Amino acid sequence: MLEKALHGSLRYRIWIACLILVGCAGFFFYLRQLDYGLGITGMSRDVSWGLYIAQFTFLVGVAASAVMLVLPYYLHDYKAFGKITVLGELLAVAAVVMCILFVFVDLGRPARVMNVLLHPQPSSILFWDMIVLSGYLLINLVTGWVILACTKKEIPPPGWIKPVIYLSIPWAISIHTVTAFIYAGLSGRSFWLTAIMAPRFLASAFASGPALLILVCLILRRWGRFDAGEKAIQALAKIVAYALAVSIFFVGVEMFTVFYSQIPEHMHHFQYLFMGLEGHHNLVAWMWIFAVLSIAAFVMLILPGVRRNEVWLALACIAVFVSLWIEKGLGLVITGFIPSPLGAITEYHPTGPEITITLGVWAAGFFLLTVFYKIFVHVRGGTDGSPCGPAVDKMIH
Amino acid sequence: MDGEWWIGFSSQLVAERKHITECMKMKQHKWGLILLGLAIFAIAVTFPFWYGKGKTAPPVLSLETPEIAGLADKKCVEDAVFMRANHMKMLQAWRDEAVREGKRVYTANDGRTFEKSLTGSCLQCHSNKEHFCDRCHHYVGAAPSCFDCHIVPAEVKK
Amino acid sequence: MTSSRRDFLKIAGASALTMMTPAIFVPAWAKDVIVIPPGQGLALKKALAAGRWAMTVDLTKCTADCTDCIAACHAIHNVPDFGNPKDEIKWIWKESFASVFPGEQNAYSGEKLQKLRPPVFCNNCENPPCVRVCPTGATFQRPDGIVMMDYHRCIGCRLCMAACPYGARSMNYRDPRPCIAKINPDFPTRSKGVVEKCNFCEERLAKGTLPACVEACRQKALTFGDAENPRSEIRRLLKTRFSLQRRVHLGTGPQIYYLL
Repeated sequence: MLEKALHGSLRYRIWIACLILVGCAGFFFYLRQLDYGLGITGMSRDVSWGLYIAQFTFLVGVAASAVMLVLPYYLHDYKAFGKITVLGELLAVAAVVMCILFVFVDLGRPARVMNVLLHPQPSSILFWDMIVLSGYLLINLVTGWVILACTKKEIPPPGWIKPVIYLSIPWAISIHTVTAFIYAGLSGRSFWLTAIMAPRFLASAFASGPALLILVCLILRRWGRFDAGEKAIQALAKIVAYALAVSIFFVGVEMFTVFYSQIPEHMHHFQYLFMGLEGHHNLVAWMWIFAVLSIAAFVMLILPGVRRNEVWLALACIAVFVSLWIEKGLGLVITGFIPSPLGAITEYHPTGPEITITLGVWAAGFFLLTVFYKIFVHVRGGTDGSPCGPAVDKMIH
Repeated sequence: MDGEWWIGFSSQLVAERKHITECMKMKQHKWGLILLGLAIFAIAVTFPFWYGKGKTAPPVLSLETPEIAGLADKKCVEDAVFMRANHMKMLQAWRDEAVREGKRVYTANDGRTFEKSLTGSCLQCHSNKEHFCDRCHHYVGAAPSCFDCHIVPAEVKK
Repeated sequence: MTSSRRDFLKIAGASALTMMTPAIFVPAWAKDVIVIPPGQGLALKKALAAGRWAMTVDLTKCTADCTDCIAACHAIHNVPDFGNPKDEIKWIWKESFASVFPGEQNAYSGEKLQKLRPPVFCNNCENPPCVRVCPTGATFQRPDGIVMMDYHRCIGCRLCMAACPYGARSMNYRDPRPCIAKINPDFPTRSKGVVEKCNFCEERLAKGTLPACVEACRQKALTFGDAENPRSEIRRLLKTRFSLQRRVHLGTGPQIYYLL
């Protein structure tokens, strides 16, 4: 099946070439980072996690979103999602690979990464994060590939795949919960020390991931000769709408607790985000863009007339993805460090090499995604989905 | 028309026949080709072992340091044979025991005690790292990262 | 025998995975073991020992503009000076009273309190959050309470820096060696990519001397001792004087007590 990714239209080849170019640029700067150290980034003594970990946090959510397709189809027989569960699983694979790459480029001594397995520390959430992410990668790689291969060969999938798929549902919830626990258990960081951290992560995951999936389905429908079906896309759009609503609501309730209680330590973080604090306002513009985009996207997605228009739907999904990337990717991680435990404000400015490495990892992820979806489209072949559909259905019943 | 068709057909036949004969030749010489491939592989894989023979002399380690000259009893922590084979593992064991367990004293086979310290014990006598440690390390291509942190006394001017 | 490209890829992938298997999966009998003679494992005879090491900082004696403790610590431990606050590494430094004890002073506090600049360092907590979060065990707690750093094992993930409620830890974002003014040959430097912090001078305690900052303080404002020994000087001070700890409500059990 892999050879299907080697042939394609000119547009496809140009896209792949661009991704490889960006990936190589990122790799080049990563070599420079290995040589000089992480000082080549904008991270400092006070803001010790930056763009890399922010991307990791956001992408864990995107990876978890595969469950939004798997759960309705395999547990509740929602047939409309039958054609695209594989899309979700392959997206999860690409997203988890990006997560692993982002953690790797963030390490000060990456050659020692195996120390996490050689000297396991069960009290450390990062240890468990490595376990669940690796497991999730394996599960989705296996299920996505097996279902796709069976679709190609027009045979029903093997019986053992069913429990693996069922396992992926709680596992998807777990990867994001564990990642949220990295933040939510730190007593010294009042911005993160909230029980609602894991639910917030899940809500934004279930909005951003399916939004990306909708965009992919629209692209495949326009240029990839694959139609996921209007019912599936609309169902996904409704999921995005409500998950987005919950996400915005969660930010809102956080702000209520913080500003009604008037505890200065807690208020400072939100003041820094939305109003600026003591003259520092790096993130204020970003956060207001998040607020406007997310509310606009919710309105667009909740109005059926707008949602059913392909162009407006695409715009709304882009707005969802970008606004949640701002909120989780920038707003969450950086703000945990501002103000510092001693009350100092050190702002964070990512450097050129850091941004290039980040883009390089994104390019690697999108490269994987493109290759996967090219194979998927070939296997599904044509616009009406595969003959394996009934075979998979039979397996469930 | 007929002539052209005949030319095209016959040239196609000739090409096919050439192809088949070549394949048959390959098949006949199948074992020869396999042995040739194996021989090339064996030569390539053992290249590092035989290429340098006679060209590079094995390293000569210098024990000529003022500290060693001043020792009454010129003995290392353990004997040379043991150290040559095991100093890496011994240093790793020292590292974990001294740092993680707080056990800083090493008792050698013959009962003498030393502090478990690369700079504090080993490099005090072997103060000529370039003519001692580096000689073997360069020869075998080992690049221990110990010296990134652990200070070589000669390199630091007091 | 014809093997498809798929089978070849599967075998190649499986082989690559097995080559990544770490040595821990090798059975014990297959690993070569070096026999180290018995008898080591002794501490140096003159080492100082305690149930729980702690420090008091007498704020009535500490003068705001004096930095003797900082100079001594950073010199002895080869702490680099990068010349910019972004990459800064500090094991001990001075902050304003309001920063160290948020909420312990008010708008009407006298000048004396406002002018104080207490030194801050790693609190070597009883219940350290940094040890809890470290994924490799590179930071760990000794039985005598000191929170240690194993620079050999640290992967530089900086979760400990996020977890520390006191901002006591610094990351080596660059190679520190070029920026050390005068290298002390009796203590290693660190390499780039690892996190470091005050270690209560455990290497000096092992040789029977007190921490460098304690000895360097010309006002004798720092007292170091065993908090579990009821007859230690530090216990006497804590019994007779009012003391503050930093952010006690977080439950970390910090072992630096500031006497007022």
